[in-house]
Amino acid sequence: MVTNITNFGRSGLSDWLIQRVSAVILALYAVFMVGYLLFHPGLDYTTWNGLFAQTWMRIFSLLAFVSLAAHAWIGLWTVVTDYIKPTGVRFTVQIAIILAIFIFLVWGVQVLWGA
Amino acid sequence: MSMLQVSIYRYNPETDSAPYMQEFQVDTQGRNLMVLNVLEMIKQQDSSMAYRRSCREGVCGSDGMNMNGTNGLACITALSDVVKNDKLVLRPLPGLPVIRDLVVDMGIFYKQYERIQPYLQNDATPPAIERLQSPEDRDKLDGLYECILCACCSTSCPSFWWNPDKFVGPAGLLQAYRFLADSRDTATRERLSELEDPFSVFRCRGIMNCVAVCPKGLNPTRAIGKIRELLLANAT
Repeated sequence: MVTNITNFGRSGLSDWLIQRVSAVILALYAVFMVGYLLFHPGLDYTTWNGLFAQTWMRIFSLLAFVSLAAHAWIGLWTVVTDYIKPTGVRFTVQIAIILAIFIFLVWGVQVLWGA
Repeated sequence: MSMLQVSIYRYNPETDSAPYMQEFQVDTQGRNLMVLNVLEMIKQQDSSMAYRRSCREGVCGSDGMNMNGTNGLACITALSDVVKNDKLVLRPLPGLPVIRDLVVDMGIFYKQYERIQPYLQNDATPPAIERLQSPEDRDKLDGLYECILCACCSTSCPSFWWNPDKFVGPAGLLQAYRFLADSRDTATRERLSELEDPFSVFRCRGIMNCVAVCPKGLNPTRAIGKIRELLLANAT
């Protein structure tokens, strides 16, 4: 077994499961969004604001954002361990990725529940 | 005259500072030879050219190499299968250190094979004659035991190229499943616990290069999927 793992879960099985479940959630969210935009051709601010004012839409959106964060981290961690071999560089890039994901997640929450 | 233009990867670490490609002209007389026959004809022209070969019939797995960009066994690959415009490019198996010309160091490949403990483990007292198995259980090993360890699959796998020290590779994983699927083996849990990290099995991205090149027509990707299912079924 490979034990020197820098990922959060440190288990390939849980990473694999998270990647698949989050992919399904993101697919559902994407299909919903495209469908919504197609069914509202002359979309104005009030309708759009009204959609995101509802609790279920906020929960659905937050679920999608969290899924995106987890999906992006596992995917990019894999890419980085494949292609960046010097430990210092890889570690720096991983920190930058985590930081970016965290900022986008907090920002997403702020957008959903903000004014 | 039907001249075949053959370009071969040459490297002798004792005399060459860097690898280079050498051109050879081979008169096939229009015959649809195997690539190994062509190599033997080139060996007549230049006896310093090094490659591995033994059984010349796809059983020993010695002459795995990269022919016009695709891994395979030179002895059972006909020119008509790989040659385009009378040109043939031969390179060593990708991703492994080159010892000389087409001969590679398979050390890390064997290390991954050793890691999955490729032997039957059973903690019960051995019976007087042999451990019996039903024909149905024996059928589960078809498509798994036939592997000859030629390394064509693992050296065509990008996941193995980037992490040969951590990812077991298609050849090793096919054998890992061969023992997981064996009704006589009792070490299933121990075997699975050695494979659940993010690299050993899960670095497989399912691109199926292994299936495309296997000279024995085996399917390591399916075996890897079965290992994932077993890991999931045994998870808490």
